[in-house]
Formats: sequence, structure tokens, C-alpha cells
Amino acid sequence: MPVGGVPILTADQPGRADEEIVGRVTIRGVSKRFADVTAVDHLTLEVADEEFLVLLGPSGCGKSTALRMIAGLEEPTEGTIEIGDREVNDVEAKDRDVAMVFQSYALYPHMTVRRNVEFPLKTRRVAADERNRMVQEAAGILGLEDLLDRKPAQLSGGQRQRVALARAIVRRPQAFLMDEPLSNLDAKLRVQTRAELVELRRRLRATIVYVTHDQVEAMTMGDRIAILDHGVLQQVGAPQDVYARPANLFVARFIGNPPMNTVTGDVTRVDGGVGVQIPGSVVELPGALGAAVERRALERVVLGVRPEDLTLADGGPIKATVSVIESLGHERHVICRLEDGQLIIVRQAANVPPPAEESEIGLAADAARLHVFDAESEQRVDA
Amino acid sequence: MSVEPIALRGTELSGKAGTEVEAARPGKRGRRVRIFGRYVALSVLAFVVLFPIYITIVNSLLQPSQIAAKSPTFFPTSPQWHTYSDAWTDGHLASYLRNSFIQTGLIVAGQLVTSILAGYAFAFLRFPFKRTLFVVFLATLMVPFEITIITNLQTVSNTLNVYDNLGNTLGTFAALAVPFLATGFGAFLLRQTFLQLPKDLQDAAKLDGYGHLRFLTRVAVPLARPTIAALAVFSFLSAWNQYLWPLLVTRDDQLRTVQIGLKQLRATNIDQVNVTFAGTVLAFIPLVILLLIFQKQLVRGLTAGAVKG
Amino acid sequence: MSTPADAVVEPGAASRPAVAPAPRGRRFNRAVREAGLGYLLLLPAFLIFAVFIFYPFFRNFYLGFFSTPPFPGQPKNYVGLDQYKDVLTSSEFLDSLKVTVIFAVITVPVGIALGILLAVLAHQKLKGVAIYRAFFSSTVATSIAVASVIFGTLLSPQVGLLQGIQTEPSILQNPDPIINISLPVIRSFIPSVALTAVAVTTIWQNLGLSFILMSAGLQAVPDELQEAAEIDGAGPWRRFWNVTLPLLSPTIFFAFVVGSIFAFQTFGQIDLLTPRGGPLKTTNVLTYYIYDQLQFSKNDGKAAVLAIALFGVTLLLTLIQFQFLERRVSYER
Repeated sequence: MPVGGVPILTADQPGRADEEIVGRVTIRGVSKRFADVTAVDHLTLEVADEEFLVLLGPSGCGKSTALRMIAGLEEPTEGTIEIGDREVNDVEAKDRDVAMVFQSYALYPHMTVRRNVEFPLKTRRVAADERNRMVQEAAGILGLEDLLDRKPAQLSGGQRQRVALARAIVRRPQAFLMDEPLSNLDAKLRVQTRAELVELRRRLRATIVYVTHDQVEAMTMGDRIAILDHGVLQQVGAPQDVYARPANLFVARFIGNPPMNTVTGDVTRVDGGVGVQIPGSVVELPGALGAAVERRALERVVLGVRPEDLTLADGGPIKATVSVIESLGHERHVICRLEDGQLIIVRQAANVPPPAEESEIGLAADAARLHVFDAESEQRVDA
Repeated sequence: MSVEPIALRGTELSGKAGTEVEAARPGKRGRRVRIFGRYVALSVLAFVVLFPIYITIVNSLLQPSQIAAKSPTFFPTSPQWHTYSDAWTDGHLASYLRNSFIQTGLIVAGQLVTSILAGYAFAFLRFPFKRTLFVVFLATLMVPFEITIITNLQTVSNTLNVYDNLGNTLGTFAALAVPFLATGFGAFLLRQTFLQLPKDLQDAAKLDGYGHLRFLTRVAVPLARPTIAALAVFSFLSAWNQYLWPLLVTRDDQLRTVQIGLKQLRATNIDQVNVTFAGTVLAFIPLVILLLIFQKQLVRGLTAGAVKG
Repeated sequence: MSTPADAVVEPGAASRPAVAPAPRGRRFNRAVREAGLGYLLLLPAFLIFAVFIFYPFFRNFYLGFFSTPPFPGQPKNYVGLDQYKDVLTSSEFLDSLKVTVIFAVITVPVGIALGILLAVLAHQKLKGVAIYRAFFSSTVATSIAVASVIFGTLLSPQVGLLQGIQTEPSILQNPDPIINISLPVIRSFIPSVALTAVAVTTIWQNLGLSFILMSAGLQAVPDELQEAAEIDGAGPWRRFWNVTLPLLSPTIFFAFVVGSIFAFQTFGQIDLLTPRGGPLKTTNVLTYYIYDQLQFSKNDGKAAVLAIALFGVTLLLTLIQFQFLERRVSYER
């Protein structure tokens, strides 16, 4: 992805350096309070020009509210919002030069597709022939040429979504805001549309702020993911970073499917090193990590290890009993129980022989892939 | 979808588009002015709407001389409270209101009962000619009142001769209420509502051994309560506002409903205009109270059929 | 009272399995009972309809065939369709029809427009807007008589508010057209001052209802569409015209149809404000004309014919509205 000094008009024109801030969106210390509910709590985020940033989190975490504040549909209780090079707190939504794709598409039901798509141009008094050209172009990009004279009610869900997208891109705004645009589509269509969106994004080279609760969308589409919980930013980073180094327990459990196994245990000494006492076994921590735990004088920690980082090994340090074996065709999930009944999920390749049900087995964890979190603060402990 | 990268962003748009994007920066003050402007507009309109009511209340507390004076008084400095008691007793407002409540109460009760029964029959029972009968019920809504009054007048006074047979009071109330004890609108509304009850309920009730009567009273009616309340409000307003029929049918001044009664009050109080106004306020208050309490039902009743969903 | 000992017990009854009765008989029985119940439940309403709606409806046509002589006591004579012809072509009838139509033309669109205005303004998310909504709905509580007495007294020359500015004749007795146009053809379609005053009273009284109706319609316009339009760059006027109004059109259509029907049946205000048809009969709407014939001229036959005319005109108007207006309504079909 080209960054900095990016030409904005065409791929060959030399660009001006200061153009790179044109599509930038910055949220500084923004909070939104409704009566006694704090929807967004001191959020600070910077979306670079042409970046695809995903706001991810469970429902009610404030991501949609944050998006609406960027759009200008809600006023922040405190904090500032900048789009491009100007502060837009007092600028009305219609003058902010952003486009929004709503979860339910919000197409004007009484207008044809053509009228829907050209609406943002009409409101800006674009001349008729210019308007038609732009509508035609947008329709072409999204494959809507044959549907221009139909009304939304006559379209399928996927087609309506494209109309919403066409309406958003026709205007060439500085930033696109998308509020869970795929959640109303059925599973198969969702996968297809996701790929199309990524392609579209590549062509548009636009700044996109994308809200979703689906971590698969976040992981596959975003340049960076910002995870929110109850209005508070938990972590922001590239998908791989967030996956490999979750900043706290919430992120660790939210990202990844099947989710990361987490077990709480006391810190103990093991062979001169540091270990964690979990029901039925003691897991030794690699040197640097153990030292970090010791340095912080932690007594109780949460051990985290992803299902794909565990292997079934006789004599492995973690003692468990096989409970359920889920065969998914391409892989296998072996669900085991620790001594106290807690579940541990292990991912196994399909071509390896499965363990016997109810058998007692040992699990080994990739030492480099162990995560440790302070049991109280739930923060990650880094080596 | 072709693969060429698309030119993007802002300044391509011709004409005024570019300027519109940069122009607007009204700032906090601009927003406050706009909000203030909206309150002003709302207040002006509220004033226009409420002014007649306000001036009526004021005038009901003035002396007739003040009212008749060339320059209007907008606030009663020495309120004449006696106008209200005058209107209540001498002006018979007490009787008028009582009569209206009886008349309206009878009509509402009747319409609710007949509509529930008919709606239930149409929704849950099977019998020959059901569809025809339903259309017939709906057709009654088409027939305007003016066509039926002529004959109804004759029916009531001559054929059935209610005044002589039932006595003046009972006869008058019978004449006022009976023709309106049923409404096609109500039957239609309840039918639709009952049809929307989940089918499972009926099946479960059947298994539990509920007969129709118990299903109606224990399940259907309680679940249809919002619609029934809405219908009640709607019926109440229609009945309360009746004018022509009560005018033709009440002979005794003591039995007049408040609509006609106010006319009478005005006629007998030409020089005591403040009393007339007091009577008007007295006629207005019960409705205001009722409608404040039943706001939600009111809205539902008035808009049933008008708005989708 | 029979005691258990008296009960006849068939030998072996307990051990014999319950025999399924002849299916057809049972089912038929049940169907008959259900139908019977159905008819029974419909009976009360049906009776009322039969006596007070169907019978009068058909009898009305019959009544129109008889003309009542001007002197009381004399029997009616059968004149057949002649009475229909005479009454419906009389200038009195045509004038009355004209007044009724003009009245409806004034009150219905204005009432709807004002309702929309109030509803849109009160739909905003402002603090305390609920109070304004209560104010705007308040005229629903004013019944016909209340509104008419208020306006009637306020407009009266002796005690009204306009004493300082009013000249003779008073507003409610002023038969002059409200705008002075010399062309007689157009002039005859201009409402009189009196009629305008009655129209204003009616509009005011219906404001609450119109407001509630339009507010409900406005609720059905999803907020998201307004937001999308805002982001698309539409200012408040354009949002209203291009998004709100089209989506409000089904409600507006309903208000037009129902409003027209009610406008044609207006009676109370006329009687209370301008009795006996108003100055020079300029407020003699059809309903009042009918009442006048019934109550004062005691001419049942003529009243019957007029009633049918009213019914016909209302029906025709409704059909026309469905035919032409509904086309412009955008349903979310």
C-alpha cells in the first residue's frame, strides 16, 4: 500500500506532499455521554490517509457511536474530531465531506437506483451531464448498470448494498464510514461481498473507517483494528499484531476463533524458573517471560494459549481428559477438560489420528506462544 | 468491475460543489442561533394554536362590561369565579355534562361489545357467507349519516315511539344511543387485531379444553387490549362530538348533551357572555383530562389504518 | 338428585374401549354449532345495522318519490322521479353544492398543510419538545360546540375581540366575497367572509387531529433516511421535500380522503356560527340544507333527495381521489 506523497488524482501524476493529510481522520479524547451512560470514553485514534481502520467490538461497545460522531450525526460530549486538516466539531454532517454506508443501507425507497445514487450530487448542484457521467461511472464500478431504473424494493439484499456503496463513492468524499454493512447479508453473500469490498477499496484508495462486531471481517479487511469495549479503546494495531500480542484479556478472548484458552493460576517456582499452577499441572514459563512475571511480583496470572499452539503429546505438561471431538472436515477441534472441569480446545490437523474419547492425555504448548496476563489488571505481561 | 484505479477525492466536482464543501463553518454560535430559532417558531405556533383557548379562559373570569369594551383585556385582574358556578347550576352545565357522559358511555360500551363479538366471529369462527357478511359490515361505513337520519327520526319517534313507551328520560337516551351501538369500523379493527394473534395460542387453548367463550374472555380480549383501548377512545370522541342527531332527538332541555347544551347556554346568556365562556371551559376540561391520561390510545385510535405498521 | 347408586351402569362399560362415534355426524354437529355461534355473535351488530342503516338507506330512495305539500296536515303525493329532477337542478341545490365544495377546498388542504408544518417542527429532538406536542394536540379536546362557541363569541360584534377593527356587518354575517373580483363567473366561486370565518374555526378545531395524524406518519419515516440525506449534503428544505414528503404521502392521501368526507358532513359549526344558512345562504352547506328542510320546512321528500345527492357527491369525490391522487403516492411496495 503506497503511503505518503501519494498522488491523489491518478496513479501517474506526481502528488503534493501535503495531500496526504487530506483523507486523515483524527479523534482526540472524544467522549460521548447519554444521561448516565458513557458510550464512548476518551477515545483517541488517528486514521491515516487511505488507511482502512476497523472499529471492532461486541454490541454496545460504542463503535457505532464513535462512527456517528465522525459523521456528524452525534455531537461529542468532549474531545475534538478532525477530518483532513480541519476541526469539524461544529461543522454539520452535510459539509464534512464524508460518505456513510448504513447497516440497513438507508436507500430512499421512493427513488430509483439512479436517483438514489445521484442524490448526493444533486444536493451539491452538480450539473446534469456531469452528474450522469458520475452516476454511470459509479454504477459501472459496482455492476449496477442494468438496475438503474429499478426501485430498492425490487432489489435483493446484495444489490441494495451495492447501491448504498455506489451512492457513497459517487461523491468522492475524503473518508468513507461504514456501519456493519455486511451484517444483513447471508453467510455466503457476506464472504463474496467482503472480497469485493477489498477489491473496491484497492481501487478507490480511500480512507475507510469500518465498524463491525465480526472479527473475521476485521482481520481480513483492516489495515489496523481498533478494539473497543464499553466505550474504552482496548488496543489498536495491525491484525497480525493484535492476534499475536493481545494487550489484555478482553482482546485475547475476542480475537481468534476458536477463542484463546485462558486458565487462571498461581505463580510458583519450577526448577529454578517461574511456572503457573493450573488445575492438574504446572506450566513452565520461558525464561524472559518468567522473569517479567517475577519482576512484577505477580502472584496470580491468567495463562493464555491459542488452540493452534497446543499439541497432543504424551508426557506433555498439561494433563487433561478428552471430552468432545469436533470434526470439521479440514481440521479437528479436540475439546478437553482440566482436572477441575475447565475446557481447553486444541486444534488438530485432520490427517493426524484423533485421540480416544475420555482418554487422559497430555498437552504441550509452544513456549514462544504462551501469553500471560495479570489476573487482576488483565493486562498483558511482556517479556 | 474493471481494475483501473479510480481518481478520487474532492476537488473534481464542478460548479458550486467545491465551494459548498469548504464554505460552511458556522461555529458554535451558528448552531445556537439555529436552535433558538426553532424554539421561536415552535412558540409562535403554540401561541397561535392556544390563543383562542387562553382568551376564553380569560374572558370567563372577566365582567361582561370588560368583555364588551372596545379594547380587549388580556388578564383578569379581579377574576369573577362565580361565572363557573353560574354555568354549572343555572347554566345546567352539570346536567349537560352528565347527559353527554351517559350518552357517550352507552355508545362506547355498546360499540366495544358488539365489535369484540363480531370481530371474534370473523376471526375465529367458520360459517357460511362469512365473507359476504364482512363486506356488508364494511359497507355500513360508506353510508353517510344524512341519508339515515330521516328514516331513523321517524323510526324513533313514530314507529317505536320511545318517548311515550319508555318515558321521556329513558326514551331520549335510548334514542341517543341505540342507533350507534354498533360500528363497522370497530368490527373491522377487532377482526384484524384478533387475526394477528399467534395461531399457536388458539391451538394451545384448544388442547387445554378452552371453549370459545373462555378463549374470548381469558385470552383474546386481554391480548387485544391496546386496540380495544384505542377503539374506545375513538368511539368516545365520535360520540361526544355528535351534534345533528342529539339536536333532532332531544326535546327536553334537561336532557341535552353538552354540544347542544352550549348552544342553549349561549342563547340564554347573551348579556352574561362570561358565563357562556365559563361553560365552554367546563365542557373542555373533562376531555382534556381524559385525553391526557389516554394519550397513547388516542394516537393509536386516530391513526389506525392511516399509517403503515 | 340421583346418587351414584342410582346411576345405571352398563355391564362391562368400564372395560369396553370408547367407540369412535360416526365421524360425519359428529363433525357436522360441530360445524353447525360453530356456525350458530358465529351468527349469534354477529347478531347484535347486525340488528343495529339492519334497523338503523340498511332499512333507512333503501327507504331513503323511496322517500324521494314523495313531495310534501307546503301546508301541514295534507298527505304526501307521489311524484316519482320528478322530485329528483326538480331538486337536483334547482339553483338552491347547486348553490348549496358550490358552498359545500368551496368549504371543503379551503379546509382540507389548509388543515393538512398546517398539520404537516406543526408535525415537522415538533418532530425535532429538542429539549422540552413534548410540551409543544401537547399544545399542538390540544384542540382534539375541543369538541365542535366548544370551538364554535369560542370563535362565535370572539367574532361577534358586541363582545368579540375585533370590535375595534370590525365594521358592519360583523364577520359572521358578512356575505361579501373575501376577495373582490369583478368577473362574475369567478366571483361566484369566492367564499364569503362568513364562510371563511367558519372555515377558519373548522381548521383550528381540526388542527390537533391533523397534527396527531401527521406526527404518526412522520414516525414511520425512518430516522436513518434523514441522516443519510444529511450526509448526502441535503439541507433541511431539500430533506423535507425529497425525503420526508414522499414518504409521508400515504398518510397525506389518507388525510385527504377521510378529511374530504368529513368536510362534506360538517354541520355543527354551521349551525352554531351561522344559523339558517348564513348571510344570503353563503354558508348553506348541503348538510345544513338537508337539516333546514327537515326541521323547518318539514319537507322529508326533498331532504331525502338531497341526502342522496350528498352521498353521491361524496362517493364520486372519493373515487376521483383514488383514481388521480393515489398515483402520486409513493408506497414502499
